Amino acid sequence: MKKKTLPITLTVNGIRHTLQVAPNHTLLKVLREQLELTGTKECCGAGECGACTVLLDGRAVNSCLVLAVEADGCQVVTIEGLAGTDPLIDSFVEKGAIQCGFCTPGMILSAKYVLMQHPHPTLEQVQKGLEGNLCRCGGYRRIAEAVLAAAEEGDE
Amino acid sequence: MSLQWIGKPINRVGGVERATGAQKYIGDLRLDNMLHARLVRLDIGRARIDRIDTRAARRVKGVRAIFSAGDLPVPMPRFGPSAADQPLLAVGETKFHGEPVAIVVADDEDAAEEAAALVKVKYTELPGVYTIDAALDPASALVQDPALRSANQYARSNIMKEWHFGWGNVNQVVPQQVVENTYTFPMISHFAIEPFTFLAAPLKDGVEVYSAIQHPFGLQRIIAKALSLPVAKVRIIAPDPGGGFGGKGYPKHEPLLAWTAMQMGRPVRLALSLEESFQVARRAACQVHVRTGFTTEGYLLFQDLEANFLVGAYTDITERVISKSSYIATGAYSIPNVRIVARGLFSHTAPSTAFRGFGVPQLNWAIESQMNEAARLLGIDAVELRRRNIPKKDEVIVLNDTPADGNWVESLDKTAKAIHWGAPLPPNNGRGIAMGIKPSATTANSNTFVRLLHDGSALVFSGTSDMGQGARTIFSQIVSEQLSIPLEKVTIYSGDTAQVPFDVSTSASRSTVFMGNAVLKACADIRSKLVNMACEHFGMPPEQVKVDGGCVCVAGMRLSFADLIREYYGPTRGEVLGYGETRGKYIPSHPLGGKVSFWEVIAVGVEVEVDTATGYVTVKKIVNSSDVGKALNPKQVETQDEGATVMGLGHTFMEHLILDSHGRILNLGALDYRIPTIQDIPFDIESYLIENQDGPGPYGSKGVSESGVIAISPAISAAVYEACGVAIRDLPLTPERVWRALQG
Repeated sequence: MKKKTLPITLTVNGIRHTLQVAPNHTLLKVLREQLELTGTKECCGAGECGACTVLLDGRAVNSCLVLAVEADGCQVVTIEGLAGTDPLIDSFVEKGAIQCGFCTPGMILSAKYVLMQHPHPTLEQVQKGLEGNLCRCGGYRRIAEAVLAAAEEGDE
Repeated sequence: MSLQWIGKPINRVGGVERATGAQKYIGDLRLDNMLHARLVRLDIGRARIDRIDTRAARRVKGVRAIFSAGDLPVPMPRFGPSAADQPLLAVGETKFHGEPVAIVVADDEDAAEEAAALVKVKYTELPGVYTIDAALDPASALVQDPALRSANQYARSNIMKEWHFGWGNVNQVVPQQVVENTYTFPMISHFAIEPFTFLAAPLKDGVEVYSAIQHPFGLQRIIAKALSLPVAKVRIIAPDPGGGFGGKGYPKHEPLLAWTAMQMGRPVRLALSLEESFQVARRAACQVHVRTGFTTEGYLLFQDLEANFLVGAYTDITERVISKSSYIATGAYSIPNVRIVARGLFSHTAPSTAFRGFGVPQLNWAIESQMNEAARLLGIDAVELRRRNIPKKDEVIVLNDTPADGNWVESLDKTAKAIHWGAPLPPNNGRGIAMGIKPSATTANSNTFVRLLHDGSALVFSGTSDMGQGARTIFSQIVSEQLSIPLEKVTIYSGDTAQVPFDVSTSASRSTVFMGNAVLKACADIRSKLVNMACEHFGMPPEQVKVDGGCVCVAGMRLSFADLIREYYGPTRGEVLGYGETRGKYIPSHPLGGKVSFWEVIAVGVEVEVDTATGYVTVKKIVNSSDVGKALNPKQVETQDEGATVMGLGHTFMEHLILDSHGRILNLGALDYRIPTIQDIPFDIESYLIENQDGPGPYGSKGVSESGVIAISPAISAAVYEACGVAIRDLPLTPERVWRALQG
């Protein structure tokens, strides 16, 4: 007996996909395993660490808390969608905001959302926007600096 | 000669790949024809396994096999980096919360998960040893079967082993001031953001194991032994870990998965949840009782210290953790009389293992808190008290070992100045200071090959794992500097025992010094081969050939390396292979197997504010001054110090694994455990690097990356005392603890 799946359409990084997904599979699992977009990371699987953050219809969400079927018809942006285009990438590298890098994709997506809401964020706004993203290697300070620097970069 | 790449804040190699999601971590790897495994764990500490009923689980579609202890060889294969005492699966009883009793193998993760939940295990809870007091109580149950360690004099107790270090006689001196206290440090979790994932694939006559392990060669040795395979038939492929901190140093479920894959004849993947990752490794809890004696002028007369480390049910690497940390339980001070007793105590808890600082944070919490209390009692400034006791460079620190290898007072003074030591503060604010010292690697072997390719680019083969510290960057910088090759033309290969030569481990802040020196030697080997090639080809004596700035100067010509290789080998080309080795001499009679190659030393200063109504402590400023010899990459060194310090703020203020009376960890997972978030940390962190080029590594460097985590807690508690007059001796300094102390 074949497991029950449901059809959905997802537009990921501008590319439209029609997929058959298991009703119990999360957006995270579908992104990583069916679309092979492994830049989105899984850590806690419970919405507590932010490693799996993506933009869903323009809002930062923990993709481990969204069922794939709930994302039917939505626009998704993952880290692969920012690669090569977003000043946050270079800014994180330049400021030394990356060590092991496992939290980095989620951190950058959350930062992206901060900058979408506040093109010129204060440190407090950056902190508020990244408070759900855990990093265990660094001291967060350089991450905040990278976000603030990317905001300036965006002005040029 | 001016340096072009060394000493520069070069961006980390691999940074862009990490930032764009292109970096492949172990969890991102898939093997053809792969099966998925899930472990069955019980929600109890110690329990007798009465019956395992797999009938319902086997009915789940896609389930291929379920193995429990009875399906494995007899006697059960056991593994471990020192004592091979950890079984692949629990035999007869579980010895800690989460010890696996069965492994389910299925076609997909869903089926494996569903079936694992349907494996019915009938068990009976048994009395467990979950605390230091229980472990010391002769009436308690024995954690390990005495037959497994019959040669050990402590086999009929829960003492794993006991160590004694010291010199002089602590009882013969009459101190003018004694400070005597007991300090505790709880079990904590590494909490790398990347949870554990393992893959194993059978080979024709061996096995291939994928693990984000810090020490691939150690894993290779241990799997070979556990499964009775020649080492050459075990291949370990180790992608860069997503955070290690010691937690990924030693084997977890890899031996079991290797056995399972060989049984199935197919690759098998096992991905642990974060909660499960908490259940496989942790830092040892520790209780330290210490008497420290001083003269009225504040000179140390003796240190009399007894430490009890609560380790898990199996030895793992804790013998090394305890011996190596207690070896330097003097702190960074010259003390004429020292008695150190340290013991490891088995308990029915998850195996404790290496964790950044390697036992030192637990002891230094006590040692430096003693110094701060002594300063108060003696009426001597805490910085001045330390200045009087820190050995000068080349003076003895531990008898018969490497003497003080830096101007450590410089670190102290730098920190004191930067934290504005002694300047007035508002009410409820305070400053604190602490030193930290950690012994680096002792006996240890690192090998590398550097291949100079025919176009003048280079490959480095190194067993060091880059888990975030930036090893690839440092080795690239060394090769660039040594061979005048631009950074972008150097590629580092690591993490595959079939490709790279032996390296003992990525631990103990040793890689820059040990592997760095090996890379340096390999580059020298290449230079000397280039000279020989030029001599032979052009018929010139060696004194008329010179390697200079990426060229070989010979017979009035300046040939690039590529040109020389073309000249020498002809149009079919060749390459120049350089080999480098570093070894810390093995001394069998030395308590650590060899002398400490360098001391990792830091001075930490903090400023805090205490809200006396709630007990909440706000850290306003942190200053680190590390004795690094030479910062090969200042940006990376600073990020190590900052990261380690913030990690230390975690165990200082919030982190501890809480067990219930059945040995269950109550706070598994991110939210219940709590590590620092971006809202919990000060942004005012200054890192100063003391560079006197006095280290044994390349360009006079020493290793860094652990010292930030070892001295922060006592500095904070001293600051809390100054702010509100309460002395806390038990970590973490939660608001509740501070508030209760404030109530008297």
